[in-house]
Amino acid sequence: MADDRLIIAGIEFQSRLWVGTGKYKDFAETKKAIEVSGTDVVTVSVRRVNIIDKSKENLLDYIDPKKYKILPNTAGCYTAKDAIRTAMLAAEAGITKLVKLEVIGDDKTLFPDNEATLEAAKVLVKEGLIVLPYTSDDPIMAKKLVDIGCPAVMPLAAPIGSGLGIRNPYNIRIIMEMVKVPIIVDAGVGTASDVALAMELGCDAVLLNTAIAGAKDPIAMAEAMKYGVLGGRLAFKAGRIPKKLYATASSPLDGMIGN
Amino acid sequence: MMIITLNGEKKEVPESISITGLLELLKIQHQQVAVELNMEIVRKDKFDVMVIHEGDSLEVVSFMAGGR
Repeated sequence: MADDRLIIAGIEFQSRLWVGTGKYKDFAETKKAIEVSGTDVVTVSVRRVNIIDKSKENLLDYIDPKKYKILPNTAGCYTAKDAIRTAMLAAEAGITKLVKLEVIGDDKTLFPDNEATLEAAKVLVKEGLIVLPYTSDDPIMAKKLVDIGCPAVMPLAAPIGSGLGIRNPYNIRIIMEMVKVPIIVDAGVGTASDVALAMELGCDAVLLNTAIAGAKDPIAMAEAMKYGVLGGRLAFKAGRIPKKLYATASSPLDGMIGN
Repeated sequence: MMIITLNGEKKEVPESISITGLLELLKIQHQQVAVELNMEIVRKDKFDVMVIHEGDSLEVVSFMAGGR
């Protein structure tokens, strides 16, 4: 599938598996999992530099921005104002104009505040950022985000870190029909079959973190996710058979003994 | 010396220090940081000339581990 490229706002992505950098045991494990996953996109948060303890290692010493596309996120922001401020700082840091916009509406479900997300997205698009918004699996919301200039949308599969997989594949399909930009399933996948399902539905990529970092063996799960995405994408491109209620024999009936 | 607020903490720094001077003093690499001075983002090409004053509030941020 050499020609099966994902392009967003003119940026070409090699991998359809995008990964986060949180919750790993250490940076060495983060680096190894990311390498094994085969991804070229890693999402990172934007936080205060530790002034007191400068002995702490820097994530970007392990994740080379020349090798990977860095996707800063606005994780932890609960208002449009905070998300805008965080995204603008991320852009000013000078690595990328990409931002994964998220404005959280509730700390128990971590569901997005769609209204605030739209408000922040409008401002950031005007500021020239490439805004990839985390949103609920709501087709109307996805359309609104695309209408104001988001070049892709990132609907959740299930609550962040829940591992529940795609709860509403029908909505994801409707989103794909309603907007003609790449759809990146973000949040809630648990295992390789979940990412395979996302790809089989025709989604353009999957972003995950906890499913790898929280697995008993994160490195092995990173590899499983890589194949989940590849298998799912190939199956989507190949075109699956329709589901039928009754059997269809796959062996010829001619030449049976006793006829 | 003067007192500023740096990433939410009070900090004593030399008077009339520039942002570049402060980052060097703190041994923070410039490449992947962004700075806010009194809630306004400071462009990197202004780090050398932008001077910090008594009571100023600075945020120095960078990219850290995090999924979402």
